[in-house]
Amino acid sequence: MKLGLTSDAMRLVIPALSMTVLLAAVFWLQPRAMSYFGLNLLLNLAVPIALATIAQMLVMAVNDLDLSIGAFVSFVACVTATFLRDAPLVGTLILAGAVGIYALIGVVIYLRNLPSIVVTLGMSFVWAGLAVLMLPAPGGQAPDWVRWLMTVKPPLMPMAIVASIVIAIVAHLIVMRSSLGVLIRGVGGNQRSVERAGWSIIAARAAAYGLAGVFAVAAGIALVGLTTSADANIALRYTLLSIAGVILGGGEFTGGRVSPIGAVIGALTLTLAGSFLSFLRISPDWQIGAQGAILIIVLALRLVFNRVEKRRAQP
Amino acid sequence: MISFGNLARKPWIWSWMAAFLVWFATIMVTGGASTLGLSQAALTFAAFSIIVGIGQMFVITLGPGNIDLSVPATMTLAGTVALKLMNVENGMVVPGLLVAVLIGLAVGVGNYALIKALRIPPIIATLSMSFIVQSAAIWTNRGLRIKPPSVLADFTTSSTLGVPNVALVALGLSLIAWVLLEKSVYGRWISAIGQSMAAARMAGIPVDGARFVTYLLCAVLASVAGYLLACFSGGAALNMGAEYLLMSIAVVVIGGTAVAGGYSNVPGIWGASLFMFLVVSMLNTYGIGAGVRLIMTGLIIISVIMLAGGRRTGMR
Amino acid sequence: MAKDMKKAVIEVDGARVSFGAVKALDGVTLSVMPGECIGLVGHNGAGKSTLVNVINGGLTPQQGTVASDGERLDRYNITIARGRGMRCVFQELSLCPNLSIVENTRIMHHELGGFGWRAKAAKVIETSLDAVFPGHNIDSGQPVGDLSIAERQMVEIAMAFSDAGIAPRLVILDEPTSSLDASLARQMLDHVRRFVASGGSVIFISHILHEILETSDRIVVMKDGRVVAERPATEFDHQRLVEAMGSVAKEEAFQRSARELAAAPVVLRHQADGIPFTARQGEIIGLAGLAGHGQTELLLALHAVQSNAWWPRRDPLVTFVAGDRRLNGIFELWSILRNFSIASLADLSQGGVVRTAEEAERGADWKRRIEIRTQDVDNGILSLSGGNQQKVLFARALATRAPVILMDDPMRGVDVGTKQEVYEIIRQEAAKGRTFIWYSTEMDEVRLCDRVYVFRERVITAELVGDEVNEINIIAASFGGVAA
Repeated sequence: MKLGLTSDAMRLVIPALSMTVLLAAVFWLQPRAMSYFGLNLLLNLAVPIALATIAQMLVMAVNDLDLSIGAFVSFVACVTATFLRDAPLVGTLILAGAVGIYALIGVVIYLRNLPSIVVTLGMSFVWAGLAVLMLPAPGGQAPDWVRWLMTVKPPLMPMAIVASIVIAIVAHLIVMRSSLGVLIRGVGGNQRSVERAGWSIIAARAAAYGLAGVFAVAAGIALVGLTTSADANIALRYTLLSIAGVILGGGEFTGGRVSPIGAVIGALTLTLAGSFLSFLRISPDWQIGAQGAILIIVLALRLVFNRVEKRRAQP
Repeated sequence: MISFGNLARKPWIWSWMAAFLVWFATIMVTGGASTLGLSQAALTFAAFSIIVGIGQMFVITLGPGNIDLSVPATMTLAGTVALKLMNVENGMVVPGLLVAVLIGLAVGVGNYALIKALRIPPIIATLSMSFIVQSAAIWTNRGLRIKPPSVLADFTTSSTLGVPNVALVALGLSLIAWVLLEKSVYGRWISAIGQSMAAARMAGIPVDGARFVTYLLCAVLASVAGYLLACFSGGAALNMGAEYLLMSIAVVVIGGTAVAGGYSNVPGIWGASLFMFLVVSMLNTYGIGAGVRLIMTGLIIISVIMLAGGRRTGMR
Repeated sequence: MAKDMKKAVIEVDGARVSFGAVKALDGVTLSVMPGECIGLVGHNGAGKSTLVNVINGGLTPQQGTVASDGERLDRYNITIARGRGMRCVFQELSLCPNLSIVENTRIMHHELGGFGWRAKAAKVIETSLDAVFPGHNIDSGQPVGDLSIAERQMVEIAMAFSDAGIAPRLVILDEPTSSLDASLARQMLDHVRRFVASGGSVIFISHILHEILETSDRIVVMKDGRVVAERPATEFDHQRLVEAMGSVAKEEAFQRSARELAAAPVVLRHQADGIPFTARQGEIIGLAGLAGHGQTELLLALHAVQSNAWWPRRDPLVTFVAGDRRLNGIFELWSILRNFSIASLADLSQGGVVRTAEEAERGADWKRRIEIRTQDVDNGILSLSGGNQQKVLFARALATRAPVILMDDPMRGVDVGTKQEVYEIIRQEAAKGRTFIWYSTEMDEVRLCDRVYVFRERVITAELVGDEVNEINIIAASFGGVAA
């Protein structure tokens, strides 16, 4: 190994550094955040975002883009706050069916050679419509076990961090270590040769989308666990957040180059960016703008790091 | 005459057929009574999607990952600032337009500066930019709703020879876009870049120049659309651009432009924009509730892309 | 084993395949016995690739049968083929660049499942790499995208010979040495002989005829979708092979006329480590040396310095002919004409608008001059064979007014006839005062040059002029102090 680090490892170093910088800035502004309770407060909204980011990453791994994740997570949140509480069996069946539809969409996109952006754009309307039918006005209530899961206080580390680590490890095992993950990323890297090696591309794409559906379902359930009730527009911004999270985490749009651990870090970074602003007491008018600015700064940091790393790599 | 077989191979024909079918289905319900009104309304509302969509189309032509997410924020900022500057005075119409165009240019420069300087995917660059632009719009707007000058309000809401004026503006811009795309060297360049940036560079194409101009063009078209829309709807609102984010992407792709880049066409934008408006009005006519209407809209988008998209190759 | 010796590993009988009106295979019969290396030669479009696809199960012939070990296979596909030990190295690189070598091994071998597959896969591919390319420096944990083209090709070849439960019995090598330098090609050919000696079978496709002649037991010559000659390799020589392919190529390489160019004006300079690079008007300059030692980088640097990414140049000094057509050559959605004209649009337009009549005229002119084999230049570029696509790229470059033409090993995978035609054009254009800077991995091409720079480890280590341009000098400079 000439570089010391492969390009895959590099992908992880950069997001980790960005998050550390941001976390340090938050602690410096607000030392009280450096506690069990403070960290949980700072990061617990990151859990559903991290799950949604992993879902987006799985779709991006096969060179597609999912513009329906926000609407889908909202839909799941509505199911969780209504059916899953009142009629767990029906609720579970609905969610299983939704995952099935996700997988089906992956297959249809491939078989008909359709642009994923448009199909998922269309699906975002469908999920939003279903959510509106279920909960025309904000309401519903989180099932007790979901509420418990999201508010449990494990020893040593707050739930938000434990959950993030668990998500990162599970996603890493599935996407980076398992044969299925290799197959999914292989489809993103060179679909033709994977096909020629005798694999079913349909199955691989169905698996990628199906897994994305599973993670997105988890995101919706986790979100309701935090907010206790749901509404049809609860997670619409997740679509853009999840894309930003994957990119912040070192993933790329094409070529199956993704990093699950990076994606979780990316989601945490995005969440921290929001908290950082309120600690700075920025006027509400400029909060969105400052969020954009932080995104730019983080990406610029990444660029600088890349450059330095590249210079070091060249003897 | 062009034979039907020839016509059927044009990617844009599908969006036109879909638009016509929906139009027909709607006027059947109303017994033909609203034909003129529906057509005029469709042309008026489609005009804004067309102007925004053309800009987005040029960007999408540049290849995978090229999408301008700052379109809605640019529309809002341009509309807000222009109306504030004009301050209901008819004499300020031209300076207002100039300011809107300047805002478009500034956003375009900012977008490409981010893409180039930070080497980030355009989606992220334009997303970050849109946050800043949106903030600027919130800050300028301050919840005040300034009315447009009466000349402009009249112009945008009336028709010439039965054709809405905004549709005529869209037509003019579309013709310019068509010449750029089909006849000019620039059109060849962006198509080449969309197919392979490396090959385009080695063929001596000024890749950065062409991409920069494209992002400028998209932002300027968005700001012009924002200017017109603010005048048309009697004032700038902070969420006025919101629906045009997904809309601009949807009309481009339903119109037959390849999402993977390298191929695009102007007529499809018209068919798709008319179609998108007509679907909503058809479902309204049938008296269908919001939830079902959303589902139907989604299913129709998917069906159209399945009808049209399966016939093309070279897309991802 | 003794019983198997009699039965063919694969037997294709009377295979016919048509794509629309094109007969890709017109009744081909071929059988491959165990312990045999078959050399398969022919022009581009002779049907070699189609035949390979039939054998590896990627394509079902519309007529004819496929049999293996004396058993007729009615339902034959990629999975069955792999299960029977058929392996293929394709002309274009076919690994997943985002995956590591180990992960690519997993993709290629279905049977490598379960816990600890990484360790198993690493062992499989490393064993094979060590066997085929002893002394290679490739770490199997590296992503394929981080490898050089030659290294990727090595991995690809090693992958085909690797054994993860189902031993390879027939390995199809389609232009396997195209990205390899001479010593790596040697190692691979030696391995082919070892593999064949141990009872394996190889179908070997190459345009480098001496490789075919010295490696194969039997040579099959194809033309227009048929087998036109099939004889033991010993009955062929270079000239007979070329004759059998129906090529009009001259058997002797072009003899350089002694040209005195030292006084010609310098058109291009480049200074890096090592010997400074200069190019004079009317020269054909070769960039030689082992593959991947910085020749392409020099071409890219020369191009980058002379081109402007922000503003078009009215009078470009350099133009570029790509070697990797799919990556930085052709525009796949476009017609032949548009692919041809893209680099000279500045001359074919007025006020930014393309003058289409003039464009079509110039396209028709070049189609005639360089003999692009197509009915209509408005057909898609992908309708052409690889060699003809390459001709379009040459026409694109030659049609510009640029006085310097950079060529990045453009003859990779091009048939002999096309090569001779292009050589002739290069000579004519050079005589008119154009400068060619030509990176080539083939010695025959390097010998056509007036002056040659030899690269070693990304530095120009030797400059050979006139009669100094010969194989011994180039190899000596490529290998430095090491005895070659």
